[in-house]
Amino acid sequence: MAKETDASLMGMSRANYMRLLAFFLAPAVIVYSVFSIYPLLATIFNSLYLRQTDGSYIFNGVGNFGTLLTDTTWSVSFWNAMKNNFIFFLIHMCVQNPIGIALAALLSLPQLKFRAAYRTLIFMPTMLSVVIIGFTWQLILSPLWGISKMLLQSVGLGALFAPWLGQESTALITVSLISVWQFVGIPMILIYTALLAIPDELVDAATVDGLNQFQTFFFVKLPLIIPAIGLVSVLTFVNNFNAFDLIYAMKGALAGPNYSSDIMGTLFYRTFFGNQLQLGDASMGSTIATMMFLIILVGVMVYLFVIQRRIQRYSF
Amino acid sequence: MNVRKHASAFAVHAVLLAYTALALAPIILVIMNSFKERKAIFGSPLKPPSPSTFSLIGYDKVFGDSSIASYYINSITVTGGTIFFTLLFGSMAAWALAEYKFRWNTLLAIFLSIGIMVPIRLGSVALIQLIAQLNLINTLTALILVYVAQNIPLAVFILSEFIGQIPKDLREAARCDGLSEYNIFFHIILPLLRPAMATVAVFTMIPVWNDLWFPLLLAPAGGKQTITLGIQQFLGQYITDWNSVLSALSTAIIPVLILYVIFSRQLIRGLTSGAVK
Repeated sequence: MAKETDASLMGMSRANYMRLLAFFLAPAVIVYSVFSIYPLLATIFNSLYLRQTDGSYIFNGVGNFGTLLTDTTWSVSFWNAMKNNFIFFLIHMCVQNPIGIALAALLSLPQLKFRAAYRTLIFMPTMLSVVIIGFTWQLILSPLWGISKMLLQSVGLGALFAPWLGQESTALITVSLISVWQFVGIPMILIYTALLAIPDELVDAATVDGLNQFQTFFFVKLPLIIPAIGLVSVLTFVNNFNAFDLIYAMKGALAGPNYSSDIMGTLFYRTFFGNQLQLGDASMGSTIATMMFLIILVGVMVYLFVIQRRIQRYSF
Repeated sequence: MNVRKHASAFAVHAVLLAYTALALAPIILVIMNSFKERKAIFGSPLKPPSPSTFSLIGYDKVFGDSSIASYYINSITVTGGTIFFTLLFGSMAAWALAEYKFRWNTLLAIFLSIGIMVPIRLGSVALIQLIAQLNLINTLTALILVYVAQNIPLAVFILSEFIGQIPKDLREAARCDGLSEYNIFFHIILPLLRPAMATVAVFTMIPVWNDLWFPLLLAPAGGKQTITLGIQQFLGQYITDWNSVLSALSTAIIPVLILYVIFSRQLIRGLTSGAVK
């Protein structure tokens, strides 16, 4: 858009024009710079310093990153969290997004009744706090309450029941699936919108050519919503590598049992804040945060430069 | 042909209904059982409360804990304050970026858009040190400042797009009438921004209300907990008291559900209009 309004046009002196700009821009730019950009930069800066036993800090270059990646005191938990976080992400990509796409495909069918009701209700869990969702599922899966066992027994699968959240082998998968259950509404809505934007003529043409609903979806619609799927994927990536609340609410800062549900967010929190087992460490905390920043940056860059070269807008 | 059509419509509804049930069942289960006595919670968890099993004992305990009410007030203050300042500062900046020509305009727009994709949470280590230096630990001000900083990028992005759609003649006419630039913004542009502001407000409201991270870091005690953190602490304390746990969860769920029912149209419209272009 052409910004034609400049100082000369308004007959304003340069000083007055600068004052005008400052008035409108300063509040947003100052709050944003001080409480968002400065902490991010300072954290990256912190990650280059090492805490001495006397509490002072010395410059350590990228030494902290070396420690994090190779020194077994740190690297074991780092690679464990990294691996778990990738599993967490893969489960979202393989379960949440396909279900979201399938629901969107059904919702966008022509002449579907109660469309708005389905959409609103399926989106509902996404609105609730992760803390509430976490506790709710903890109760439902609890062997004490026994609801899930009762439900499995009623369909003859009672033997399958296990305390999924408490077992090392299943805790991470269970927590991931709960997160999938909560956030499936986001891919659903984004894909649904993309499907609605497809011109009717294309779909009509496919029908005239004798394609059924399934063929129309896979051969006509799906290729057209690839950009939306790209957007959903990068959002899933950013949110998953920034996740914390659900694991913390369900498994605490120690992400048990035996760190089997530990992801980057909980490792970051534990390292920087400390817990029963270790003291807080601002340098290593910053180092982990910087690693998370780099991982997210790579994901966003891949999306911006490879998948789509436009910033899209989105929240949550 | 007609029979097949009906059959497939039936299958579609069956799938959607099944998924809707899956999405709602856990929520309904918690709310339903929160109104029952302990014996019935365990004895017949899937039955709705009946006159013989009805009990409000959990709610008595939740509301007997006088801090829960003040946590609600904290959350309302933080969310309200965040929305107000995000909209005010965001629309002012959006107006300047969309309307005025100056050398670093594009650069500033890119600078502001960094925050859309990069989570501010990653700066927590330095942020908590900054908040401590400012003496703002355990204050609602700290939370509002951080949330405003977090939400400004998206607000500026949405609002400046919207300002671009307002006809140019309107501002030119106002300028010819001799209105100052400040008056043009506050008296002509700002009222026109209302629909876009509603979208921004809904986008801002829910993540702020639900956030656990910053309340945990910046205001974890001193009666300044938000309801999300307060409920989390309450649940940790009463974990074996099922009546209280279920009631506390329901207390946190119900207001959000009411807000969602009121705003869902706006929210979904906002998501669907802007998300994919």
